[in-house]
Amino acid sequence: MGLLDKEFSDGNIVIAKVDDLMNWARLSSIWQLGFGLACCAIEMMATSASHYDFDRFGVIPRNTPRQADAIIISGTVTLKMATRIKRLYEQMPDPKYIISMGSCANCGGPYWEHGYHVLKGIDRVIPVDVYVPGCPPRPEALLEGLLKLQEKIRNESLRKKIA
Amino acid sequence: MALKTETMVLNMGPQHPSTHGVLRLELDIEGELILGVKPHIGYLHRCFEKHAEAMTYPQVIPYTDRLDYLAAMGNNFGYVTTVEKLLGIQIPERVEYIRVIMAELQRIASHLVAIATNGADIGALTPFLYLFRDREYILSLFEMTCGARMLYNYMWIGGLSHDIHPDFVRKTKEFIIHFRPTIVELNNLLTFNKIFIERTANIGILPVDTAINFGASGPVLRGSGLPFDVRKEDPYSIYNRFDFEIPTGKGLVGTVGDCWDRYYVRVLEMEQSLRIIEQAIDKIPEGDVHSAIPKRIKPPKGTVYSRVENPRGELGYFIISDGNLNPFRVKVRAPSFVNLELMGELCKGHLVADVIAILGSLDIVLGEIDR
Amino acid sequence: MKNPEEIFELLKTEFADVILGIDKETPTEPIIAVDPTQISKVGLFLRDNVALKFDSLMVLSGVDDANGTKVKDEDGTDMISGGTLSVYYHLHSTNLKHKITLKVSTPRENPQVESVYNVWRTSDWHEREAYDMFGIIFLNHPDLRRILMPYDWEAGYPLRKDYKNPEFYKGMKVPY
Repeated sequence: MGLLDKEFSDGNIVIAKVDDLMNWARLSSIWQLGFGLACCAIEMMATSASHYDFDRFGVIPRNTPRQADAIIISGTVTLKMATRIKRLYEQMPDPKYIISMGSCANCGGPYWEHGYHVLKGIDRVIPVDVYVPGCPPRPEALLEGLLKLQEKIRNESLRKKIA
Repeated sequence: MALKTETMVLNMGPQHPSTHGVLRLELDIEGELILGVKPHIGYLHRCFEKHAEAMTYPQVIPYTDRLDYLAAMGNNFGYVTTVEKLLGIQIPERVEYIRVIMAELQRIASHLVAIATNGADIGALTPFLYLFRDREYILSLFEMTCGARMLYNYMWIGGLSHDIHPDFVRKTKEFIIHFRPTIVELNNLLTFNKIFIERTANIGILPVDTAINFGASGPVLRGSGLPFDVRKEDPYSIYNRFDFEIPTGKGLVGTVGDCWDRYYVRVLEMEQSLRIIEQAIDKIPEGDVHSAIPKRIKPPKGTVYSRVENPRGELGYFIISDGNLNPFRVKVRAPSFVNLELMGELCKGHLVADVIAILGSLDIVLGEIDR
Repeated sequence: MKNPEEIFELLKTEFADVILGIDKETPTEPIIAVDPTQISKVGLFLRDNVALKFDSLMVLSGVDDANGTKVKDEDGTDMISGGTLSVYYHLHSTNLKHKITLKVSTPRENPQVESVYNVWRTSDWHEREAYDMFGIIFLNHPDLRRILMPYDWEAGYPLRKDYKNPEFYKGMKVPY
């Protein structure tokens, strides 16, 4: 982890960079907005249930966007729903992260050809950080996506603004 | 001087913590008392019927999985029995037995989610974790057979996609032995829990005549006292060979037709599904599951409507064929679409907190409402 | 329990000019054709008559028959003109255990069917969906508006065979 590599001297003193400290705090407790749209939502619920536990990574579902760090878009996004997702995204405070889970949120999924009401990928409306492929992705795949997001947060810097 | 009051419109928007999906409820309230509820749907409309007209008959099967994503085997079952009725082909016995076992396992898995989310909405978070642990056993049985946990594409027209694993029978029997005590545990945790009974008894009472006029089906109709089950009324596949009962609501802790009755019907149905699986698991005959699958599926011109009993109610497929490789029209009669119309009737005169209990007892899945 | 031919005879004696015929060519079940503006009276008779007692409407579906002529409009795309849109009703009786299928057809240019909202309340949302997807107007329906598509969708009725997709909706690109 890099943070506790430094020697303890004079008891209980750790020396680290501020960037590392802030990033470590942010990635260890990503509170997600509970936002399940379709079939991927059930796999997300199964990931946060007891068999594949989400809570051991510090991820708890919150009910309102004002208290959430991340939003996991799980399921098909339709045109009717896309305007509401934009509004939810704008209500979340910075720093915020988006995980796009499943084929439908990545690129329209199986409904790309004749779906007249399906938005072909959520990145047409909001900027995405991590894409998790699958239809639906296994819980292990979603955990891998979460680890990649933690990797991304670890490399952030306070001086550069987050996109 | 009289107190000036006015009604307020409260929006329970498409994003809310209840895990039923994207549904918008517009409540007309006066204080905490509800005067009217208007559901708005369409936030998950994925154009299934347009896709069905552009794909060939076997290519539609993965799309039917995604309609009611908690009972994917049941959706497949309905579609393939409808097309087989139109084609008029005979299915091997082995395929019929495996289809029934898979459909009943799926019924148990779907009821587990329904009960877990019903409890979680009301505030009981512990049964949610316990029941999802038990659901993982069923999902591992499915994964052993066809490789997928939730959306299988398993039942094909005339057969199945994979034969069952050699260990499947043994593991299913282990699951049955493991699951019976879980129902007892569930009854102790949730069913006869005093707080749960206070929240759900005498709430959302549905008389039988209203239920039939609105077209309700499944546990919603059986909770009001009418023993109507498509498996006994219009037997499809080999259900007429098995011995099982139809549980109905009897008003044990409240009135007949309240939320608790609908919930208890689901608990009893899980026990009946275990009975069917026990009767079927030892009798699976030998055979080839791929032998009756036709090379090219081109049904004759005509229309057919056929229905199956899904965990949520009566799922019907209406298919019109014009002699080509693609269907001309596929219409899905989704049980949750019809059951949701009851929200306006059931919520009148209750409080805002009861809306959540009533919605949980109706057990809707937005994937099949919006198609 | 009656079979469809007996039900057809019973209806023919009661409503002579409204029942248009019975189609026995279909492989699974005969279909009775009814006049579109009188379907509500026929429905009430079917529900209340003691020998029939059809108290449950299983499904109501709109269908685009696509039996008109193909013409090209100003953009050069194929449109269908003429022909009919149909609505199929599948009824079922919980006491007497028999089933029947009814069908009404209306012209494509001005589709109007009477609503059966007062007979079976199931038809409330089913008719709204048939209006949303095909454009069939149901007379005497208390609240006929779109149900699945957004309320301000102006690009037409999606399940018709000659439907064209719009390019943009509220700033979002619709095709792939």
